[in-house]
Amino acid sequence: MLQTVVTGLAIGGIYALMAVGYSLVFSILNFSNFAHGTVIMLGAYAGYFVLTLAKAPFPVAIVGSIISGAVIAVANEGLAYRPLRIRNAKPLYFMISAMGVSILLENLVYATIGAHFYSYPHVFEMENVVIGEASIGILDLFALVFSTVAILALHLFLQHTRSGIAIRACSYDMTVASIFGAKLDRVIGLVFLLAGGLAALSGVFLGMKYMVYPTMGWITNKAYVAAVIGGLGSLPGAVIGGVLLGLLETFVSTYISSTIRDVFSFSMLVIFLLVLPTGLLGRNVEEKI
Amino acid sequence: MYIRGILTVALINIIAATGLSVFTGFTGLFSLGHAAFMAIGAYTAAILTYFYKVPYYVALAAGTAASGAAAAVVGYPTLRTKLRGDYFAIATVGLGEAIRVILENLKITQGARGLPGITQYTTLPVAAALTVVVLFVARNFVVSVYGRNAVAVREDPVAAEMIGVRLLRTKMISLIFSGCCAGLAGGLYAHYLSFIQPVMFTMVQSTQLTAAVVCGGTGSLTGPALAAFLFVVLPELLRAAQMWRLVLYGLLLVLIMVFRPQGLMGFRDITFSTFLPAAGRGKGGAAHGIR
Repeated sequence: MLQTVVTGLAIGGIYALMAVGYSLVFSILNFSNFAHGTVIMLGAYAGYFVLTLAKAPFPVAIVGSIISGAVIAVANEGLAYRPLRIRNAKPLYFMISAMGVSILLENLVYATIGAHFYSYPHVFEMENVVIGEASIGILDLFALVFSTVAILALHLFLQHTRSGIAIRACSYDMTVASIFGAKLDRVIGLVFLLAGGLAALSGVFLGMKYMVYPTMGWITNKAYVAAVIGGLGSLPGAVIGGVLLGLLETFVSTYISSTIRDVFSFSMLVIFLLVLPTGLLGRNVEEKI
Repeated sequence: MYIRGILTVALINIIAATGLSVFTGFTGLFSLGHAAFMAIGAYTAAILTYFYKVPYYVALAAGTAASGAAAAVVGYPTLRTKLRGDYFAIATVGLGEAIRVILENLKITQGARGLPGITQYTTLPVAAALTVVVLFVARNFVVSVYGRNAVAVREDPVAAEMIGVRLLRTKMISLIFSGCCAGLAGGLYAHYLSFIQPVMFTMVQSTQLTAAVVCGGTGSLTGPALAAFLFVVLPELLRAAQMWRLVLYGLLLVLIMVFRPQGLMGFRDITFSTFLPAAGRGKGGAAHGIR
């Protein structure tokens, strides 16, 4: 029981980290950024190559991965979303553009790096830390702590800095925020910078826990479910959704069956959309007339 | 042989894209889960001919009906809540993935291994004939009362409701029609490739269909058909480029979104009247038969 909770929390932490990136973009631009998963994948590759090819120490790999994720996300916004934004295109056009980006980048990786599975070199001992009756791998513990720190840092940034306040203002009403002097392009760039960095970080954790391969970004479908459960566009919601989903999945696979785990998550998504479309902490999504 | 094969697959895609075009282009609702309807049609038809030796055309019809029924089941709760455009798209993503995972875990679908050795009944003439039929029915649907209601819903749901268009009913008819088309396409596909697997019906396939509709032009039938055709044929022409062709495909999607969001055809259509000014009048009678 306790063991299941601990495992669930460890997975939930990574889901939360990914879901926060989704929500951040959604809160500003109101569309689901399907290219987020690709940034996670590229971040994982970046971390892997810094670690193995450059033989750099682990902290350098994390920083390198975060920087490359941020750069990719910002470039993605500038090239694929900005032209649509200027034209006030419908959210679905953004979504298709995001799909295009993710197909493009994923296959670029296939074409250049190849379809091999890479496993991260062992940074941590394979030991377990025992807490009471449960045990947790050092890697999981590290991922959990680091995710928590990253999300807290993001929260503090959004609450207490000028840029953070600008982001929050824009997420309520872009036009009004820009009248009050928020520079939209900069705010949106910053949002993608943050989301990309977080994505890359979660990519490194995922890569260390499992493997690095071109389609690993599809795991973000789960993060996406987490973001919807919590309420798209809400950061605390994303965290709660991520942890909740991690716990639920672990419980389902422990006590029922691991094969129906995915059916379960996706049904959760649909049920939430039907019963509580705004999620647990989301804002009202009534159609504007 | 090779060219015939590509043409057949292209025609099958046209059928699916035409159905989706009615739903997305004319009713203004976006689905990113239509591959699931294709999967239902493909599996129903394939299982019927494979295990129960049902005649091909009966199996195709059953697959079509099963997808239509699935569309009704899925559509009623989701469309009733009036989910906002992109939330509906998200719900369809979830449904599509859920159906795929279910197919991977059922016994009769043989899980992720798929069904090999389905008899190859679909030929180029069959696909071509059915494509013509679907295009014809879709065109009649679009010019019928139902089609015009759908356009009204797309343009302004509130105003449409005020003048007496029943929103749920219009959306449901449109979804069921497009579900049927996707199911038919799925059944044809299964009996052309003679092998189906849940992996073939992922979100990527759904996106490709939606992308064909958007790139071809929402509010056009021939545009999406043309785009669906090009999406199959162009990658084949670029086959020498191996992995790079999918890179190009992704790039193409982004470029079309950025530079020509109204799609290749915009709201225009190639109809009979383009060639024969007198023949393009729709009476709408045929539309009654497709519910």
